[in-house]
Amino acid sequence: MEHIAMRSRRIRLYALTGGRTRPRHHLLVETLVSVPQYDQQLAGTLMPESQALYELARQTTSIAEMSAHLTIPLGVIRVLISDLVAQDVVFIHPTGFTYQYDRIILERILDGLKKLPA
Amino acid sequence: MDSRNYPLDASSLTISAKIVIAGGFGVGKTTFVGSVSEVKPINTEAWMTVAGEGVDPLPDSGKTTTTVAMDFGRIRLQPDLVLYLFGTPGQPRFWFLWDDLCRGALGAVILVDTRQIQDSFAAINYFENDSDIPFIVAVNKFDGELDYELDEVREALTLGPDVLLTTCDARDPGSTSKALQELVSYTMSCTVSYGPDVTWGQQQEG
Repeated sequence: MEHIAMRSRRIRLYALTGGRTRPRHHLLVETLVSVPQYDQQLAGTLMPESQALYELARQTTSIAEMSAHLTIPLGVIRVLISDLVAQDVVFIHPTGFTYQYDRIILERILDGLKKLPA
Repeated sequence: MDSRNYPLDASSLTISAKIVIAGGFGVGKTTFVGSVSEVKPINTEAWMTVAGEGVDPLPDSGKTTTTVAMDFGRIRLQPDLVLYLFGTPGQPRFWFLWDDLCRGALGAVILVDTRQIQDSFAAINYFENDSDIPFIVAVNKFDGELDYELDEVREALTLGPDVLLTTCDARDPGSTSKALQELVSYTMSCTVSYGPDVTWGQQQEG
């Protein structure tokens, strides 16, 4: 990720997104992103920021964690991930919200919390 | 950063959920998140920009970019279910970020410090009036004891009788987990189903 660090922070970050500020997909801060089938050749064609996101998503990672790891604003992450989705190279996981926090999900959350070491 | 040392597994079926931890500055939100998170709370400067969030510049700053620090933590509750805890930035002028954080949350825990009770008014107002996610109010027992009866706290906060008011010790993982369980149970008791609606989808397309 060194190449990211080297890019001058004076760059307008929204230049990366072509001025777009709205992602096309429903990306919450907790939304998990993964790479179903990693393609090294494709990775080489991506711009550095998108490439870094693509690499991070090889291990299922949330939008917020991507923002934190790369120190790129959430809004920019959302647009860039949205582009990767459009290219069909990353997978957007559903969240509890997608399932309207139905009873099954809430029960599994409650069950998980009860099992935490106190 | 820390969390990369704890890779999430690559299951394509893993889903995530979110709980928001709200309250005034210094009320113990980060402590609360840290006591149950399996990773050290990740402090991220969200780098909010006006362009990114579609809001007007802050009237008193003239800046188009502002930095907001927020903390979040993570707990894997089931092999395929990860819960994120997001602490809200304390400053009331960042309401637009609260909206973003609250969207999609199963609920919120509002932490209250009885020594600075007025600091929690803004958060309570927000969840009572400007948000539709379920919430509970938890008095953080800083010294392990309650300085006031819960009824007195309820009165001081002008909370309605239907608002769930509880106590917790943000430093204690067991106590923190219990507060989270109370919230989840409360959300389960809410009859109105809660999730994305048509309006939201249309906004996203815009």
